[in-house]
Amino acid sequence: MSPLLEVQDLEAFYGRTKALHGVSFSMARGGITTILGANGAGKTTTLRAISRMVRTAGSIRFEGQPLDQRATEDVVHLGIAHAPEGRGTFVHLTVEENLRLGAWGRRDRGSLKEDFEHVFGYFPVLRERRRQAAGTLSGGEQQMLAVARALMLRPRLLLLDEPSLGLAPLVVREIFRILRTVNQAGVSILLVEQNAALALDLADHVFLLETGRVVMDGPSDVLRRDDTIRRAYLGY
Amino acid sequence: MGRPTCCDGTTPSAARTWGTELDIFIQQVVSGLATGGIYASVALALVMIYQATDVVNFAQGEMAMFATYVCWSLLNAGMPYWGAFLATLGIAFVGGVVIERVVIRPVEQAPILSIVIVTLGLLVICNSLAGWIWTYVQKPFPSPFPSKPFKAGNIVFGAHDLGQIGVTLVVLVCIYLFFRFTPLGLAMRAAAHNPVSSRLVGIRVGWMLALGWGLAAVFGAVAGMMVAPNLTLEPNLMGGVQIYAFAAATLGGFTSPGGAVLGGFIVGVVENLVGTYVSFIGTELKFTVALAMIIVVLLVKPTGLFGRTVVKRV
Repeated sequence: MSPLLEVQDLEAFYGRTKALHGVSFSMARGGITTILGANGAGKTTTLRAISRMVRTAGSIRFEGQPLDQRATEDVVHLGIAHAPEGRGTFVHLTVEENLRLGAWGRRDRGSLKEDFEHVFGYFPVLRERRRQAAGTLSGGEQQMLAVARALMLRPRLLLLDEPSLGLAPLVVREIFRILRTVNQAGVSILLVEQNAALALDLADHVFLLETGRVVMDGPSDVLRRDDTIRRAYLGY
Repeated sequence: MGRPTCCDGTTPSAARTWGTELDIFIQQVVSGLATGGIYASVALALVMIYQATDVVNFAQGEMAMFATYVCWSLLNAGMPYWGAFLATLGIAFVGGVVIERVVIRPVEQAPILSIVIVTLGLLVICNSLAGWIWTYVQKPFPSPFPSKPFKAGNIVFGAHDLGQIGVTLVVLVCIYLFFRFTPLGLAMRAAAHNPVSSRLVGIRVGWMLALGWGLAAVFGAVAGMMVAPNLTLEPNLMGGVQIYAFAAATLGGFTSPGGAVLGGFIVGVVENLVGTYVSFIGTELKFTVALAMIIVVLLVKPTGLFGRTVVKRV
């Protein structure tokens, strides 16, 4: 079976600055893969490259289809949902409107009701807040909204950029617990995280980025047990 | 209304009793609301485009004037009024979309100033093109409403004024319902507020902006067709209206559609009352009032009555 996502010799540019220097990796269907690395290693850029938000060279294939020539909108239409860095909340709109927008990129827009029930099942607090402006939510609730909005697409691949950023440990644990259920329901996840311990716990596959290159790639329990790698790259 | 009886040899000014003063006041307010509706429509068009693209479309009024000429041509070709009216709205919508795609899109990423210059160019082009096609000779433009004034007690309302208010309100309600309750309206709001996130949920932001230009052109066309019977049609039809619309949008806040609408009505009423009661202003200095309002608002409350302070992260 072909991999869900296959990235080869990916380079990315911000203006004339190169941020990725030939990143290659592939992702199996149904798994959770995490990208680890220090600040500026290119983790967010990798996600942005998949969503076609930066200029790139090299090849990205999703279910065998090349993404490199597509616009961001068209990538979404293929079933790749991206909860971006900074959560991307539509702060002026209500929680419900945010969720409705999440379903915009979907081909069939019927049965929205079912999807609302589905995401409210994961995040009951969003049901209580559905008429509230999204900007008035707490950080944790906004992160939940970002994940919920992404799920409204019924994605086959979920790109998550630092869902733990700036949140209390208890909230983070809750969100990661839900991510596991989401994955068990059949959504593959590509996760970017600063919190390596947390990410290694959740993911089944890991790769390490250092200044725009993949320096290590393997199953997460192997990396978790390898003290040298842990100390050198993960700092714990 | 207790009207004091006057007995002998009243001077004309003494005859203007308190009762008639009130009648005149109400009459002026209503006719102010009628022109205010025009300003409100154009101001709303300006605000919509401003919110979506951060650009003030200086050509908004001229696009409206052009649409009004299109309507005039359709009427001349024998179309019934409301048929021509609706057809003009359709043509204006398509025209707005095409202008965005062809003229604005290529400079989308350019600095704001470049886009402003492009809209100024558009202003000149629309104006000259209208003059070239239809000449600069003033043309009468029909009103769909009866010419017989409407009387309530001692107060006389122009039927066109009332009809104009009605049409404006219908347009405003429609557009409110569209943005508030339809998925497309929601997507357009999202695209205006947060283009990056909108792309990430699959919204074609470029097309939403084009639709915004189309809708803005429709408001402008409504305003043009409603104001033309009073001003007679000529290529500079909307020059004044555009300035009042700027005043309205500034007063209400360029970031608030509702504010811009309210601003339009306020500016219309104030313009009329000042023209009536401050004798030295009369009709010649009316524009000065609009410009003075812009300056006062910018000095005292730059965001306008209902505008938000826009915080930009750099």
